[in-house]
Amino acid sequence: MNETSALVIFVAAVFTNNILLTYFLGMCSFLACSREFPTAIGLGAAVTFVMTATTVINYLVYHYLLVPADLGHLQLVVFITVIAAFVQLVEMVLERFSPRLYYALGIFLPLITVNCAILGVALFMVNFEYSFVQAVGFGAGAGVGWTLAIVLMAGLRRKMAYANIPAPFQGVAVTMITTGVMALAFSGFAGMVSIQ
Amino acid sequence: MIYVVSILALVGLLVALAAFLVAAERLLLDYGICKVRVNAGERVLEVEGGQTLLEALNGQEIYVPSACGGQGTCGYCKVTVLAGGGPVLTTELALLARKDIRAGVRLACQVKVRGDLDLRIPEEILNVRLYSAEVASTRDLTYDTKEIRLRLLEPAEIQSRPGQYVQVQAPSPEGPVWRAYSISSSPQEPNAVELVVRIVPGGIASTYLFGLAPGDRVAFTGPFGEFRLSEDPATEIVCVAGGCGLAPVKNIIETLVARWPERPAWLFFGCRTTRDVFYYERFKRLAAEHPSLRVVYALSDELEPGEKWDGETGFIHLSVDRFLQAGRKRQAFLCGPPVMIEAVQRVLEDKGLAPEDVFFDDFSRAASSAPATV
Repeated sequence: MNETSALVIFVAAVFTNNILLTYFLGMCSFLACSREFPTAIGLGAAVTFVMTATTVINYLVYHYLLVPADLGHLQLVVFITVIAAFVQLVEMVLERFSPRLYYALGIFLPLITVNCAILGVALFMVNFEYSFVQAVGFGAGAGVGWTLAIVLMAGLRRKMAYANIPAPFQGVAVTMITTGVMALAFSGFAGMVSIQ
Repeated sequence: MIYVVSILALVGLLVALAAFLVAAERLLLDYGICKVRVNAGERVLEVEGGQTLLEALNGQEIYVPSACGGQGTCGYCKVTVLAGGGPVLTTELALLARKDIRAGVRLACQVKVRGDLDLRIPEEILNVRLYSAEVASTRDLTYDTKEIRLRLLEPAEIQSRPGQYVQVQAPSPEGPVWRAYSISSSPQEPNAVELVVRIVPGGIASTYLFGLAPGDRVAFTGPFGEFRLSEDPATEIVCVAGGCGLAPVKNIIETLVARWPERPAWLFFGCRTTRDVFYYERFKRLAAEHPSLRVVYALSDELEPGEKWDGETGFIHLSVDRFLQAGRKRQAFLCGPPVMIEAVQRVLEDKGLAPEDVFFDDFSRAASSAPATV
């Protein structure tokens, strides 16, 4: 059993083990939706919410349904199904109660289903043998970390719009390079805390 | 054993989640009955919420045209949403001009009915209905043109204006297709629609219509078309037709002489040979009864040796040029192949007609809009 406190895990998930900048999970929506600031914040908030909530649900499903039934090997397919169903539910709730947010997120909301960072967090939670509280801290921290990365990227891309970038590097290329430099910077946090 | 249990557990989970989602959708996305106010309360529809506006309107028998079946790609289903439509979606942006967006124009197939709506729909569209009819008679007009008379069954009457058209449904291997045909009978007979059909080799709809026998059932929607006959009895009406373009012209001329027996009017009909001439005796008789109506038929091909012809010769725009005096107050309706329309338009411009007084139908709408349902 892992003894680290949930708060430490949260901080570590944001900085030292940032899901995007150290594990490189959730890159597709990160690259696609970091062009504008408000979109980045909206998507980041949605990912954080879905990540925290699905981590909780998947923890309960895994420890109280799969493990007792000796079906631990089904975790991958069960987790992704639960995530998909949950995103559908969130979509319906938003459509009903907050049409503004629903329209603002548009296509990004269903896309969260296939955001690998969310599945990644659920699988890591099992690998790291977290307790319930630790899992919640990890899920929330990973979500905040992903949001931090995409918001930073949106800020950088806003500056880059005015930069004189050589033609072959424009667009995705320079974004990938920038992501790499950001990952280097974040690796400076490594060793502060360890959660594995 | 483990495999069986795994599969059963997975299936169980999927079914449970699906059932949960269906239940949630029922509970959350139940918008109840929504009120849709059309044209400042002229009609108030009560529709079930949650469907698209296009589905809701079609369900209420308002046939907003749509060619893509609600995919958001054709842009025909434009309606003005004054209130309750929510923000314009990214899927609509490609098909709406900035001016349209400011005016509240939306694609009906993309707007979801989530609450009460306030709409503006062109009067034209409100009048469009889906009709079922029975072939009353068919008659050969020439070797390749038929007159088909349809008796309306449900609804039993159609309210149209001369110059309008209907879209006839024709079966095809890829599902029903809709083709536009002008109404050639006058609106004074609201329980019948007459069409003039020219057989097009390989044409789906013309082949189908040609094969119809009295008693066969036909479905069509209509009426469509913007032409409005000038109500001013002093305005001279000039109709120029080529080929089966004579259909709407027959309707216009017959309506005209019935309403204003003394009103000046011209009918020009251009075709190639005497074999293509139809309705000539009928119009000559009409012109004899109404001296204010002048009928000019012209053949563009040389006469065969020994053939008799008491009309004009040469292309029809030349006849128009020869007979019309410049500087009268006129309204013109042209229907025929594009080349003819272009030539006649130039002539009419020389005679001093303003472009807004020249209405034309150049056979190019043939494969256009079709209703989303059916």
